[in-house]
This record gives sequence, C-alpha cells and structure tokens, in this order.
Amino acid sequence: MHLPISPPTVNSPNDYVAEHVRSIPRSGIRDFFEIVQSMSGVISLGIGEPDFVTPWHIREAAIYALERGRTGYTSNLGLLRLREAITDYVAEHYSVRYTAATEVLVTVGVSEALDLALRAVLNPGDEVLYHEPCYVSYSPSIALAHGRAVAIGTREEDEFKLRPAALRAALTPKSKVLLLNFPTNPTGGVMTAAELEEIAAICRERNLLVITDEIYSELSYHEAHTSIASLPGMRERTIFLHGFSKAFAMTGFRIGYACAPAVLIDAMMRIHQYGILCAPIVSQEAALEALLRGRDDMQQMREKYRLRRNFLVHKFREMGLPCFEPRGAFYLFPSIKSTGKNSHDFAFGLLKQEQVAVVPGTAFGASGEGHVRCSYATAMEQLEIAVQRIARFIGR
Amino acid sequence: MDEALLSLLEENALAKPETLAAQLQTTPEEIKRRIKQLEEDRVILAYKAIVDDERAKRTQVKAVIEVRVTPEREGGFDRLAHRIAQYSEVQSCFLMSGGFDLLVFIEGKTLQDVAGFVSERLSTLPGVLSTATHFNLKTYKQQGVLRQKAAAEERLAVSP
Repeated sequence: MHLPISPPTVNSPNDYVAEHVRSIPRSGIRDFFEIVQSMSGVISLGIGEPDFVTPWHIREAAIYALERGRTGYTSNLGLLRLREAITDYVAEHYSVRYTAATEVLVTVGVSEALDLALRAVLNPGDEVLYHEPCYVSYSPSIALAHGRAVAIGTREEDEFKLRPAALRAALTPKSKVLLLNFPTNPTGGVMTAAELEEIAAICRERNLLVITDEIYSELSYHEAHTSIASLPGMRERTIFLHGFSKAFAMTGFRIGYACAPAVLIDAMMRIHQYGILCAPIVSQEAALEALLRGRDDMQQMREKYRLRRNFLVHKFREMGLPCFEPRGAFYLFPSIKSTGKNSHDFAFGLLKQEQVAVVPGTAFGASGEGHVRCSYATAMEQLEIAVQRIARFIGR
Repeated sequence: MDEALLSLLEENALAKPETLAAQLQTTPEEIKRRIKQLEEDRVILAYKAIVDDERAKRTQVKAVIEVRVTPEREGGFDRLAHRIAQYSEVQSCFLMSGGFDLLVFIEGKTLQDVAGFVSERLSTLPGVLSTATHFNLKTYKQQGVLRQKAAAEERLAVSP
C-alpha cells in the first residue's frame, strides 16, 4: 500500500540558501558598479586597484613559467622558494622573522587568507572587533565564519586611528579577535609604533588574537610602517596578512599570504588544502620575481601615488571639502557634509550629473556616512578632469 | 624638488603649473619660476612632441651611423663631434665606448638623402676613418613610449 507523502514546502530556490548567507547584504559597491557600467564617459575614482600594469619583468616571469611547463600543483603551503623569499622580505620590512617551512601560507589573495584565518579560529558566536570605515569584506567574512562582527567607529578628528579607549569600550567576555587594517582602505589612516603599542597592550591583557591586514603597508607616505606583529609579545598572538596586489600592481594574479605561529598556519592550511589546494603556480612564480627584483618598480609607483595624493588633497580643500591627508594606501576620504547631501545622494548625484564615480562612504560601514572614497590610482589627466567636474557639481 | 619637477615634466611637458604645484605642494608661481630657471640654465633643453611617423603617414628615413674617427691632439673627440652634430640631418650624436667612436642618429626624406649625407659629407670630413650605416626598419618604442597602446582599459569601473 502506498502512503501519500506530502511534498516538503519549498516556495522558492531562495529557501535552499543557508540562513547566515541570506543575512549577508549585497555589497553597496556592487549596486553602484552596475549603474556605472551602464553609463559611458564616466571618470571613475571608484577603483580599488592600481592603474599601473604589472611591471613587465614580473609578467615575463609568469610567461617563462608557462614556457617551462610549470603548470602543476604546488605544496599546499605554496612554493618553498616563494615562502623563503616572503620570510626574508617580511623580516627586512616588518622586523618579524617567520620560518618558511611551517609559518607561511601562500593564498589566493589576502581575501582568502583572511577568510581562512577567521574560519580557523572562530567558534560560533565569538566576537571579532574591527575598526570602521573598513574594507567591505570584513563584516561578511566574519558572519560566514559564524562569528559576530563588532565594528568600532574611527573618526576623522582622530585621523581614523583606532583609539584604545574605543577598543576597551567594545570588549566583552566573547571578544576573541581584533582585526586591523593599517594603512586603511578607505580612509588612508595609519598607526605609529607608539599608538600600536597601546593597542597591543590591550590585546596582551585580554588575550586577543590579532589578524592584521597590511596589504597597503608599502604605500605609506610619511612615517615608516610598523607592523603590530613586531611589537613585544605580539608575534605569538598575531596572524600577519599581506599580498602582492597593491604594492606590485598584481591584483589579477591573486596572490596573498599569511604568516603566523605554526599551529595557526596549520589550522588555516587544513581548510585551504580542501577548499583551494594551492594558489596558482604561475602566479606564485610571478610573485617570486616581484620580491626578488620588483622593489624599484614599487618605489616608483609609490612616488606617483604620493604626488597624485598631494594634488587631490589640495583640490578638495580648495573646493572647501575638508579632507584628511591620507598617510597611506591610495584613497582620499573627504567629508561632504558641508554640501548638505548624504554619501549616497552625493555619489549618485555626482555620477548622474557629472559622470564621475566615487564610492559612498557608507559602503565601508555606517561610520562612513558623510564621506566618499576617491581612489587616486587613476592617471593625472583623469584626476584633473574629475576635480573640475566635482567642483562644478558642488557649485564651487 | 627640481628632480621631482623634472620627472613630472619628462612625463608630460604640458602639465599645468597649477597641477604641478598641487602635486609638489608649492605655488604655481614657484613652479613657473623654477621652470624658467631650469630653462635658463639649459637643464631643460627643449619641449617636443613624440610623433609616431607611421600613424602620421610620414615616409621619413631614419638611420644610425657608427663612425670611427681619429681623435685630435688637444681637441680629443669634441671638435669633430661638435662639427658632425651641427648638421640639421643629425638628430642625436653620442661618443661611445667599444668598436667605434661616435653614434650618429640621422633622418632624411629619402634613402638618397641619407646616403648622400653619409657619402658626401660625413665620410669626407677630415678625421673620419670609417662609417657603418644601419637603416631603421620599424619602430616599436621611442624615447620611452611604446607604439602599441598598453593593455585595453579592462579594469572594473568600481571595485572595493
């Protein structure tokens, strides 16, 4: 006899999507991007990647890798020669020495490294503190790792630094990780060694793990960059994340890396080995070339960014839009409050009226309201036209 | 400051003083003053357009000539080099180390122009021992500028 089985109630394919994924909002940048794509003649200051093509000798290293038939898998951790070059580079520039064999993991961009780090350390409900405005992926990556995202607002009057008092105020017994990104996308804020030490003291006292995303560290225009990993008692509680995209203009190669104590790297590698296996070998070969012979290119690019930054800061201030002089990265984060518009209306109005794309500050968290992000990884000629159009838009 | 200014002008000689001033954190007046000084000191020799002859549909003939000369007592190579450099056909003239002495870049309207210059004027100069002329067949890059445009603009218009 056949028992009637009532069909399960699935109303739409969306019901199949996991709840914690459903709760992740669409990126604010995504919507904006689609409108920009549909228009022509737009000058975009909305681009979060270098406008330089990867230096030729680095591209050639990738070509040469293909010619030699270097097309297989690598160790899960990445090519040993690359990891050795990374440990030397990190020791030289960040004053922290890691062991190439066990304390470095080469990943598919810093994005993957961050995802691995969060998944490797978070139990459901653990809290991750991070400063905001910040890179768009932090909050969703924490949610996907079943953690709880706790944003700490930073302010223009503090030069977008993380204040120790603000960090203390956000701590709870569930606080486990502090996620840092200095120089910061989108604000260009940096922290000095002394300021980082105050944060480090809290981390040691409260036994916090630090995940530090230092992807923009080569692009520091004033004081020499300090990594929190280099401060006393911090190496053992820090996962240092870095990559090649910004300093060497290699975004499409998708190579990042994590350096941390062996136990943490091993935990991250266990996720990486099943999800990704290894970063692409051709890109790893190119990354090696960048570390061995790319320093001059990097310095030349940094100098160009610095000069463009000077130009944009000057122009925005001339227009009467107050603007913190970014200390690093390649973004300007001017305040547009004096125009009476909010970030969204300013960015959409500017795009429609003057065909200049800037990113609303709110795309980087609620504390970005009142600001827009302008990337100066754009040719000078374009920047010149863009500032004329912005001046016309705000009637100044 | 002058070094930074020179690099910017070498990249784009038409950059506006206002733009240069903003980049170098000074005033447009100061930029104008410094440029004028650099011109007077002949640090900046000239401003020129770099033209792609093929796209401009010019049938210019270009050649590089290796010249061996006898250095003169007291004058060395300088006097003869200056003499050669005066010709309007000569675009550039360098003293070189190695198997020859002067490297002379010349341009003419026709092959005959260039050949005539070499055989009638250059080779007959007292002190010139020999010449070897190489004709330019195709240009890929000149004065740091690639003929071919860099990779098409395929960057995402907005990215995080």
